[in-house]
Amino acid sequence: MIPPQFDYVRPADVEEALRILREREGEAKVLAGGFSLIPLLKLRLARPSLLVDLRDVGGLDGIVEGDGGLTIGGRVTHRRIAQDPVIRARFPLLHDAASVIGDPQVRNWGTIGGSCAHADPSADWPAVLIAARAAIVCRSVDGERTVLAREFFLDTFTTAIRPDEILTEVRVPAGGPGSGGAYEKTERKAGDFATAGAAVQLRLGPAGDIAEVGIGLTAVAEAAFAATDAEAALQGAGPSEESFRRAGATAAAQSRPVADSHGPAEYKRAMAAEMTVRALRRAVARARGGA
Amino acid sequence: MTTQHVTVTVNGEAREADVEPRLLLVHLLRDVFGLTGTHVGCDTSHCGACTILVDGTSMKSCTMLAVQADGRSITTIEGMAADGKLHPLQQAFWDNHGLQCGFCTPGMIMEASWLLAQHPEPSEHEIREGISGNLCRCTGYVNIVKAIQQAAGELQSQGSATSAGSPS
Repeated sequence: MIPPQFDYVRPADVEEALRILREREGEAKVLAGGFSLIPLLKLRLARPSLLVDLRDVGGLDGIVEGDGGLTIGGRVTHRRIAQDPVIRARFPLLHDAASVIGDPQVRNWGTIGGSCAHADPSADWPAVLIAARAAIVCRSVDGERTVLAREFFLDTFTTAIRPDEILTEVRVPAGGPGSGGAYEKTERKAGDFATAGAAVQLRLGPAGDIAEVGIGLTAVAEAAFAATDAEAALQGAGPSEESFRRAGATAAAQSRPVADSHGPAEYKRAMAAEMTVRALRRAVARARGGA
Repeated sequence: MTTQHVTVTVNGEAREADVEPRLLLVHLLRDVFGLTGTHVGCDTSHCGACTILVDGTSMKSCTMLAVQADGRSITTIEGMAADGKLHPLQQAFWDNHGLQCGFCTPGMIMEASWLLAQHPEPSEHEIREGISGNLCRCTGYVNIVKAIQQAAGELQSQGSATSAGSPS
């Protein structure tokens, strides 16, 4: 399939990139790894008149742990996140997700910033960042603004990012003692998008109850969303198969899946529940000090 | 339509072309440079038949623009054999009947060459994970896995630092 015609520029730094995006506002699309944008261009679902390639732009590739948590540059690839030892040890939810996005070639080049800006309703990162209560930093010539992940993913392929902005950073808060997280995804075949995916980030209180919990679901609504009813139900609850099952059913009830080649809506709802249960189990096990 | 000048190193050789920005890398390789070993399978970034190495990292060339490859080093299946001798991966696919129609094979071999550079002694699970972006409709993957295992052993005993064919 042949993309429609467009111009292409490769700015030397982020300031130049932002200037170009402002000048060509609405006509230009940012190109990072290309594994979301180029398939879209080949299907002619997007027709930008200009691609702004971030290849030579520096400052977007950091993985930095600070006191408050983790800062990941927008251009960091899924593979780098999956292989990072700090993330594996202290942010296992992110490690889980990065390891199951697409396939090896996709993970070699696809970026967290690109995935979030594209916001496929079945993508993995949105649910994870919602569960982790992360923040997303968007930058334009006017400066930076920070949007909570819970307010960023608005609709199918629709986010709070503006046409002249670059998603420069993702900020994930540190869990603190007693924290655990996990991502569970079911797919039809290797390398597939999720049929249903559930991300959980929680913290157990000193008495072992669930003091804080975030649950993000993907592929079962028009966009990834926070399963707020399930979160509320689990608040202060003791972790048990029973409380997990109830949370799974509550999360599934908040889902609004559409039947497609992944399966009927009822099947997807059932998978949303099951993935939530499995993610809760592993998150609690990790919070207790297991793997 | 304005074209852009692209300079790439392909299998160790400097090549250049004037291309439309929308030209896919796989079409640069096949149609402009005449290197038809890299195949277009699904054209939707699933099957991996178009897999090549870009700066040593495996990439689905149907999902990259030629202009993105400017200044980079590319290895295709044509670059795997050296001095008239098959690369151990190519030999192993032959020895183990790791192909039937052969359509997925160049992409499989390029992905395997990247996999072995990352994991010189991969477990069977790591091999299966490593080729999970490459679909084969003929073989059921069993002999592909055996071929990659044989090549891993051969490369280990050769003591190669890298399993990629030609110098990048």
